[in-house]
Amino acid sequence: MIQFIVRRLLQAVPIILAVAALIFLLFSVIPGTFAASLGDDGRNVVDAEVMARMNKELGLDDPVYVRFGKYVAKLAQLDLGTSFRTRQSVTSMLAARLWPTAQLTFAAMLFAMVFGVTLGFIAAMRPGSWIDTVSMIGAVSGLSLPKFWLGLLLMYLFALQLGWFPSFGYGNGGLSHLILPAVTLGVAPLALLARTTRAAVLDIMNADFVRTARSKGMSERRVVQWHLARNALVIVLTTIGLQFGSVIGQAVVVEKLFAWPGLGSLLVDSVTLRDIPVVQGTILFIVLLFLLINTIVDVLCAMIDPRIKYS
Amino acid sequence: MGAVSLGAAGLLADAAEAQTPRRGGTIRFTAPYGSSFASLDIHTTPRSQDEIWARAIHRTLYSWDAAANKPVLELAREVTVSGGGLVHTFKLRDDAYFHNGRRMTADDIIWTYTRLMDGAKAFPGARYARLIKGAIEVEKGQAREISGLRKIDDFTLEMTLTERIEPGFNFYQAVTSIYPVGEGNSESFAARPIGLGPYKFVEYVPGSRIVGERWERFYKAGRPYADRVVISIMGEAAARDVAFRSREIDASILGAAQYVAYRADPQLSRGILEVPEVFTRVIGMNPNFKPFADRRVRQAIGYAIDADLIIRRLLREKAFRATSWLPISSPAYDANLRPYAFDPAKARQLLTEAGYPNGIEFEITATSNESWGIPVVEAIIPMLQRAGIKVTIKPVESTVLAEVLRSGQFQAFMYSMVSGPDPATALRCFHSATPQSACNYALFKNPEFDRLLDEAGRTDDPAVRAENLRKANAILLEEVPMWWFNYNKAVMAYQPWLRGLQPNATELAVQNFEDIWIDETSPAK
Repeated sequence: MIQFIVRRLLQAVPIILAVAALIFLLFSVIPGTFAASLGDDGRNVVDAEVMARMNKELGLDDPVYVRFGKYVAKLAQLDLGTSFRTRQSVTSMLAARLWPTAQLTFAAMLFAMVFGVTLGFIAAMRPGSWIDTVSMIGAVSGLSLPKFWLGLLLMYLFALQLGWFPSFGYGNGGLSHLILPAVTLGVAPLALLARTTRAAVLDIMNADFVRTARSKGMSERRVVQWHLARNALVIVLTTIGLQFGSVIGQAVVVEKLFAWPGLGSLLVDSVTLRDIPVVQGTILFIVLLFLLINTIVDVLCAMIDPRIKYS
Repeated sequence: MGAVSLGAAGLLADAAEAQTPRRGGTIRFTAPYGSSFASLDIHTTPRSQDEIWARAIHRTLYSWDAAANKPVLELAREVTVSGGGLVHTFKLRDDAYFHNGRRMTADDIIWTYTRLMDGAKAFPGARYARLIKGAIEVEKGQAREISGLRKIDDFTLEMTLTERIEPGFNFYQAVTSIYPVGEGNSESFAARPIGLGPYKFVEYVPGSRIVGERWERFYKAGRPYADRVVISIMGEAAARDVAFRSREIDASILGAAQYVAYRADPQLSRGILEVPEVFTRVIGMNPNFKPFADRRVRQAIGYAIDADLIIRRLLREKAFRATSWLPISSPAYDANLRPYAFDPAKARQLLTEAGYPNGIEFEITATSNESWGIPVVEAIIPMLQRAGIKVTIKPVESTVLAEVLRSGQFQAFMYSMVSGPDPATALRCFHSATPQSACNYALFKNPEFDRLLDEAGRTDDPAVRAENLRKANAILLEEVPMWWFNYNKAVMAYQPWLRGLQPNATELAVQNFEDIWIDETSPAK
């Protein structure tokens, strides 16, 4: 297993490098510089001389290949560079934003897993029933709701009308501020997990080994416990792994809407301000997280289902 | 109308001040301009978004008096001018203490301005400090000290300028905030700024909020009133609206759609502050694009567009009709100027006279901004078409537009430009000596305009200066390097318990927090 994990992590290296090169080249060709972004929609004028000096100080007047060389050299030393705007190391900025994003994504996924898997399981156990129909209509709706709209709707209902939760901000990191953004972010994976779980359970229910078990007189409880749940879990876990990555990416919208101080809002702000080192660092970090989560999911799947080999 | 509005806003603030301010509580303000704060080193960022928190933590040599609509001394008690208007001697406050407990002296101001001129660091504030004699030499690395700054004693500072202009317009800018000697260069400063302002830095949650608590040794007796100020970053207007209505924030900057809704609401309409800000929305025209080299073509654009209709229907009255470049809140605004009337026939006639009887075709580079971007261009396309002018849109992002303008890579553009508060500085954007890369985006050249502006800079007589500036502004109306379609009306909604807001025409979201107080009905007691 350790060999498998090491191999997977080594496989991530070329992916990371390819992503790094792609982001670097992308931001080298798109117009707009950090100095120009300080113009703030025409509200301020940054004079040409200061802009030229700024570009020089930040190394932006070097040719692309020189900048890329410097970037790769730093990356090889695990140095993500220095932010143009805050002059702090990108690593320290990411570290400051990691915990709020972790809170948000884990809360969203917990919400999605608890309700999505339960709903999918119940729906599969009673196919064609009203609960099946309602939950699947809900799942389709949940998948198609734009997050921005859903977030505003939740804010309106639970902050403005009912006054149960604050509508924005991080507060002191407590639960009350977390609930609305987490639910906004968690609805889509909840819907997908409900559908996946239902499909997986239905598929396994019709499998030969389940029919055999039942014909041998195995109780329904044991069928569910030993065959349905265990086998469906592999599919559900794989979906959860993929959704985790997706949720981290989608946190961008939710964090901006709720003024949540995570990686997503850092990424948006850095793109707007052309703070390229931070953009590169944040995307690389998110890719790394995605790869890590999927490696963990693969390991878990192999542990649950002996038919899956680490190789 | 605008002048009336500015006056009304002033009265509103005065009325609030007339009541007895209450001490205590928390001011819950918002930073509404999209992204996070750029940095906690205010010297590195000229953005309005950062200026909001800087007014809580920092102080500058001058500050902006919103009621008088002019810069006033802040860290000095008096200034005497000599040397033909070039030497300014400041008697500094001896009761201004930094948040680390040390008293401010002339050394701090000299150190701060010298830091700004560090050529290796490229501080945006250099453009303001460059006015001091010898500052450019420091910027170029030819000197280590600014020769035009001299410490007479701890609380007397002599500043020699290179031009005879009012230094208050330069040194009220947040990017010139005074730092304690040496501190600004320390690693910790950008994480825990130390200022002279009414609130001491407590915490910054990046991307979310900044918190300050009352600085007990602030030099204005009895101020600030509130115990704490919390400034939340809230770029999404819809989210801000919900937060305001659910009483979680005390003030919110409104967009055009919200402005209509808030005005229509009996409760919310009681707390609206409107100010004509110093921003002019324009369509700039590049004279290197052949048709625009002819003044009659540029004038035709002005006659072909119904600017009042745009303000009424599209901007929902959240703007003032523009005449020329200088806005209503500018000291040199000329209320007698009349904008071009909507007259498509006249526009056609001008085009024919200019040699374009079949009309012209051009491209407008614009962002998606709702007040001065693609939605407005889409609205004027059919108007221009009636005059035989075909327009296409080139959409860009705001950072890109800033670069496009500086490089001259456009036929026409739509933008919102700073047109104040100092009319002389604002008009300088159209002086022939100002390069396109600075702000002369329309490459304007007019000898009479240059003469008027140069003379205004030389004269000692304020009346002559003001008259020259008004005449120069009138030339712009006639020459139409840009079509000025409106001046920004900034609107802030505030809760009934929030008192002492100032009608700041330079940027409504930037407030002197020490003048704000909250009454006992605030939920954040």
